[in-house]
Amino acid sequence: MNYEAVIGLEVHVQLRTRTKMFCACANTFGAPPNTQTCPVCLGLPGALPSPNFEALRLTALTGLMLGGAIAPRCKFDRKNYFYPDVSKNYQISQYDLPICVGGELVLPRENYPKDAQKTVEESRRIRLVRIHLEEDVAKSFHFEAATGVDFNRAGAPLMEIVTQPDLRSPEEAFAFLSTLRLVLLYGGVSDADMEKGQLRCDCNVSVRPVDQEELGAKVEIKNMNSISGVRRALAHEIERQMDVARNGGRIAQETRRWDEAAGATFGMRSKEMAHDYRYFPEPDLLPVVVDSWIDEVRRAVPELPVARKERLMRRLGVGESNAEVLVADRELADWFEKAAATTKNANGVANFVVNDLLRELGAAGKPLVESPIAPEALGALVDLADAGRISSSQAKEVFAEMFRSGRAADEIVVERGMEQVSDTDAIGKLCDEVLAVNAAMVAQIREGNVKAVGNLVGQVMKRSQGKANPAMVNAALKEKLGI
Amino acid sequence: MNSSSDLHVRYVAQLARLKLSEEEACRYQEQLEQIVRYIEQIRKLDVRGIEPTAHVVERVNPMRADDPAPSLSPDDATANAPLRAEHLFMVPKVVE
Repeated sequence: MNYEAVIGLEVHVQLRTRTKMFCACANTFGAPPNTQTCPVCLGLPGALPSPNFEALRLTALTGLMLGGAIAPRCKFDRKNYFYPDVSKNYQISQYDLPICVGGELVLPRENYPKDAQKTVEESRRIRLVRIHLEEDVAKSFHFEAATGVDFNRAGAPLMEIVTQPDLRSPEEAFAFLSTLRLVLLYGGVSDADMEKGQLRCDCNVSVRPVDQEELGAKVEIKNMNSISGVRRALAHEIERQMDVARNGGRIAQETRRWDEAAGATFGMRSKEMAHDYRYFPEPDLLPVVVDSWIDEVRRAVPELPVARKERLMRRLGVGESNAEVLVADRELADWFEKAAATTKNANGVANFVVNDLLRELGAAGKPLVESPIAPEALGALVDLADAGRISSSQAKEVFAEMFRSGRAADEIVVERGMEQVSDTDAIGKLCDEVLAVNAAMVAQIREGNVKAVGNLVGQVMKRSQGKANPAMVNAALKEKLGI
Repeated sequence: MNSSSDLHVRYVAQLARLKLSEEEACRYQEQLEQIVRYIEQIRKLDVRGIEPTAHVVERVNPMRADDPAPSLSPDDATANAPLRAEHLFMVPKVVE
């Protein structure tokens, strides 16, 4: 019997705000333990929460970017449970009235793992259930005999995005997370760095016979800290479940933990009772109504990666692979567009950005903002090459010098005397000189050894100190030799 | 909502991490059922056409600008902790 996997994701995203969700403590990563806490985020008795508008705005923006419906009115609820990372014994979250309902994400082929892109057949649409806002919990450090708790992260604004069980493979889960991450970066919603825990993901996965409608027993996998880790964990877990199913076994509904080093999932100590979080409305917070501010958020929705790629290709004539590289990094695409605005040859600029600029930045270990070449300066180099004033190999040389010194392209061309000679008379004169001293070779060529023309072209180039336009030299020689 | 017969004080006590003696459990079960019966009177009200609300006040959207303010010092933050080390709150080992 053939089985298929059914996967749904719950993605937690730390929002890029300056302060926490319900208090004015700084929301930054990596500070010494318990240096960013106050009575509110420590859960001290009597402390009252006050919502951060920016967190609501960013969550609504995410909902709009993903095509969801923003609820006219939403509220906060208490999710009650006991754990050392929730000192109030409840987490403020949203239960029945989340800020955003529905939405979807289309998975472009280029966001699948490289080795799986060939087999992607159609653009998959993954529907979203909801997006809600809650507070993050404290971070625990497990020691030999005790657990230490740091509340710097407690109360940080955390957005949860829940998908429908629409994903069918680890590769689709990978593509979903890569695509989502890019959207979040485009919106400036989150830095979405999985290593810093800014993007965290729980996977719900089950298997069922391909012709069966009903879902199999659901296993939740926790503790994944990279997008490729999600892919590996799902691949392993699906294989495990299919093995059990094929051997007539029963898959237990449980929570499992992914162990990256072991490359396997392990069952977590399961609680005997089903979770009962006794949600109820948070009495310390009033409802949120969006009508007075949602239009402003609507206007802030940026052009998203898929639309931008289309525009770069259709309107600017950028090649598809260049467009994919550019769009995968919003800053890089912005940089490119600034450069492209100064020339007619946008794809010429794209070639330099994708090949030369990225290589040089990588070699120098510099981020894009520290590029010695300003975007406006690159257009001039492309124009010089397009006008035939320098050859393409000279353009590479000029680029290297621009990157080294930050100087302008035309300045370098003039200083190095590179300017290509495209003057027909001057080239004709050089050709005549070369033909005059190569009588033997000219005779050979006339007898049919056409290949020897290359040698003559080289000699003309040498006499011009590399400045002659090689294509024009070639044409002029052939004309003079009558071939 | 649960009917009164569904609400067991033992279950509620477990969720709230309360240890009850047999005698306490009996007494609270009775009280709990009284409370639930009282709430069931409210359920008999005709509330058609009345918008559900979680709050009785009319105000909405009290919100804060995203401006940071100073936090407590880590010494003050952990001052009441029964056990602390390196400015961490130390608790009995949590097993996943």
